[in-house]
Amino acid sequence: MVVDVKTRETSEVETEQLATGCEAIAEAIRLADVDVMAAYPIRPYDGVMQAAAKLIANGKMDVEYIVADGEHSQFEIVKHACAVGSRVFVGSSGVGWFYAFEAIAVTAGLRLPVVAICGNRALDDPGAFGTEHNDSLAVRDLGWLLPWAETAQEALDLALMAWRVGEDRRVSLPVAIGLDGAFLTHSQHIVKIPTQAAVQRFLPKFDLGDRLLHPDNPITIAPQVDQDWLMEIRRQNDHAMRQALGVIREAHADFKTIFGRGGDSPFLDEFMTEDAEVVVIGQGTLSLPMKVAIRRLRKEGHKVGLVRLKWFRPFPTEEVVRSLGRFKAIGVVDRDYSFGSPFYGGVLYNEIRSALYSQASRPAIVGFIAGLGGREIEQPMATEIFEKTEAAARTGLPAGDVCHWIGVRE
Amino acid sequence: MADEKSISVEVVYRGIFQKTLAQRICRSIVLASRKKGHTGTAFSRYGDSPERNGVPAKQFAIVAVDEIELEASMAKYEPAVVDISVAVDDTLVKGVESWAWYGRQPIWKPIREGGTLLVTSEKTPGEIVAQSDRTPKPYTLGIVPGGASFAGLWVYKDDHTDYRVLGALAKVAPRWLPLEAAKQAALDLAKGDRSAAASVQYGYDATVLRQVGAGEGTDGHEKLQFTKPGWTTMRPGIVVDARKPGQRNPQYKKYTARTQRPVVNFDTCIKCTMCWLDCPDECFEVTPEGHYEVVYEACIGCGICAQVCPVKDCIVMVDELKFADNRDRWQDWKKDRGAYNTWFEKVSGVPADPKAAAPASAAGGDD
Ligand code: SF4
Ligand code: SF4
Repeated sequence: MVVDVKTRETSEVETEQLATGCEAIAEAIRLADVDVMAAYPIRPYDGVMQAAAKLIANGKMDVEYIVADGEHSQFEIVKHACAVGSRVFVGSSGVGWFYAFEAIAVTAGLRLPVVAICGNRALDDPGAFGTEHNDSLAVRDLGWLLPWAETAQEALDLALMAWRVGEDRRVSLPVAIGLDGAFLTHSQHIVKIPTQAAVQRFLPKFDLGDRLLHPDNPITIAPQVDQDWLMEIRRQNDHAMRQALGVIREAHADFKTIFGRGGDSPFLDEFMTEDAEVVVIGQGTLSLPMKVAIRRLRKEGHKVGLVRLKWFRPFPTEEVVRSLGRFKAIGVVDRDYSFGSPFYGGVLYNEIRSALYSQASRPAIVGFIAGLGGREIEQPMATEIFEKTEAAARTGLPAGDVCHWIGVRE
Repeated sequence: MADEKSISVEVVYRGIFQKTLAQRICRSIVLASRKKGHTGTAFSRYGDSPERNGVPAKQFAIVAVDEIELEASMAKYEPAVVDISVAVDDTLVKGVESWAWYGRQPIWKPIREGGTLLVTSEKTPGEIVAQSDRTPKPYTLGIVPGGASFAGLWVYKDDHTDYRVLGALAKVAPRWLPLEAAKQAALDLAKGDRSAAASVQYGYDATVLRQVGAGEGTDGHEKLQFTKPGWTTMRPGIVVDARKPGQRNPQYKKYTARTQRPVVNFDTCIKCTMCWLDCPDECFEVTPEGHYEVVYEACIGCGICAQVCPVKDCIVMVDELKFADNRDRWQDWKKDRGAYNTWFEKVSGVPADPKAAAPASAAGGDD
C-alpha cells in the first residue's frame, strides 16, 4: 500500500465539534467517503443512523443509505455491496447484532472488509440498554477485528483505522468497533475533525483487486465446499488475522504522522504504569473511573496504574505480555461474562491468563466482573478492585484463581 | 483390512436413487456378521451429502472380530483401501466422480490387491472388464445377476437386490458372512418372509466370478485428476474462477452420473430449440446449421431433452455402457450421414428414417 505521508495538518484546517461517539462515527463515515451504509434501528447504535441521516439531509454527505427490514438483511446488504467494491458501514447493538449473526459469520469467512460499530449493550432478556461487551465478544473467534474506543475522538480515529486496516489486501477482514453504550455512544465531548484531504492521504481508495465481483471479472464467491477445502480456507483467515497486527502497527504510525494523535502503542494505552506494582486492565470507557481512582490512590501511596487494551482482535499478545510481565499483580476488569468458564472469569480475564501462561515472569491475575448492563463503576468499587489486586500481589499466583463480582447486591 | 481380524466393504451407488439400497446392504452386512459374533459399523461418506441425483456416492460396512479391531479399522473415517467393493449399477464401472473435487476415479481404486469387485449387472464379466479402467493390480470380479435397482429418496424398490448382493458376499467372504448367517439376517430384515432367504441363496448360486489380471481393462476413459491447492495457493476469500460464457467446468464434469445418454437423430430434428432450452446442464451446442449437439462431457443423462423433444425418436436415451468415449457425434453425421444413421439405429434400436420399419431389436428409447 502506498501512502503519501506528509507532516501533520496545521490546526487551522482541523475543526472542532462537540459530538457524541455516534456523531463522531458519522463524521468518520463522511470523511472516509463511504459508498453504502445499511441501517436498522436499535439502541444505542441508532445514534449513528440519526447522525448520518442528518449529515445527508444537510447536504454534507453523499452515501447510499439503505434502511433494511432487520439486522440480518442490514448486514447482508453491506456484505454484498462490499463484494462489488463499495466502501461500506454498518452497525448494531445487543441482540440486534445477534439477529445478524449468520451474515456476520459469513462476512468474515468471505474476507469482506465491512466496517461496523457494535454499540455495546446488554443482551435481552431482561430488556436493558446499558453497556455489556458480550455482543461484540460473541464474534471474537470468527475473524472480525475488534477494537474498543475510549472516547468520541478515538471512535472517529478508530473508524478511519478500521477502513485502512480492514481493506488492506493483506488483511481483508471486517472490523467491528466497540462503543460502550451511553457512556460513549450518547455523551458529547470535544472531537477534532480532520480535513478530507488529510483523511484521503491516510486512507487509500478501496480496491478488492481480482476479488471484485463484476461482469468483467467472472468469479464465484462462496461455493459449497467439503472437508477437502475448508481447512485451507480457515488457515487463510488465520493468516490474515496474523498479518493484521503488522498492518495495524503501520497504519498507527501513519496515523500519528498525519493526524498527530494515537499514543505510543497502537494496542495499549498505559496510565501511570512507569513505577506501578499493580495495574488494572480493561477496555473502552472503563478507564474513566479507573483513572480517577488511580490519582486518588496514588496520593495515598499506592503504586497503581491502568493498562487499556485498544484491540481485542487481533489480540496483541506480544505487547500485552511485555507490558504486563512488569507488574506484581493484575486486575482484569471484564464488562462481560462467560458463564462456566475457567475460574468463572470473564472473557478478557481468561485471554490474558492464557497469554501469560508460558511467561517466565508471571504476575498474579485477579478477575473482576463489573459494570454489567451499564451499571456505573463507582469509586468504592474501583477501590475494592485495586485492594483485591494488591492483596494478590502479596499472596502470589494462586490468588488469581478467583473471580470477583464487583458492586453486585447479595 | 485384508488381515484376519476385520473386513471392509464399500458400496458404490447412484446418489438419491440408490441411497436406501446402499444403506440396506451395508446394514445387512453388519447384522449378518453379528450372527457369527462379530461386531461392525455401517456409515455413509459424509461428504456425499447432500446427495445429487445419480452422482456416484459411497457407503461402507466394516466388520471386525471385536471392538478393538473395529476401532483400529475405523481410524480412517473413509477407508482408503477396502476388501470388497460393490457397484450396484454397472455403468459405475466407467469410473466415479463425486460432487466434490475428486476427479474421476477408476472403480477398482480403493480395492486392495486381490480384493473383490461385485457388480450388479445383466452383462457378461468380459463386457464389464472392457469398460473398467486398466488395472495395475489383480482383483476378482463378481457379477450379481440383475439390472440396476433405482428408486427415489423416499421410496424403496423392494426387488431383493440387497439380498442377492448379501448372497454374493457370502460367496466371496464366507469367513465373515457365512451363507446361513446371511439368510438369517435377510429373514430378520424381511420380517420372516422366506423369499428373502431364497434371494440370498440365488445371489450365492448365480454370482459369476472371474479373475481380472493386472493390465486388463481400457485406456479409453479420460484421466481427470487434480492436485488440491494449499492455503497459500488457493485464491483468498472463498473465490473460484467462474466459467466465462461458453466455457465449461474443467474440474467437475459430471458425466459419471450418467446411466444413459441422449443420442440425436439430426435428420429428423426440426431445430425447435427445446432440448437446448430445457437441458438443466446447458449441454447443447448449436451447430452451424442450427442443430443441437450434445456435449457428452457435461451431460448427466437426466433424459429431459428426450422428454421435451417434440419429434418422436429424435432424441433417444441409450445405455451408457454401449459407449466407449465422450466424443461429440455431430461431426460424424456431418462427415457421412448414411454411416451416422446406421450407427444411430444400431445403438438406439429405433429407425433413423421414421417412415421405415422398426429394426428388429429395440434397445431403449423414450416414448
Ligand atoms: S440427458 Fe439431455 S437434458 Fe439431461 S443433461 Fe444430458 S443433454 Fe442435458
Ligand atoms: S428438441 Fe428435438 S427437434 Fe427440437 S431442437 Fe432439440 S433435437 Fe431438434
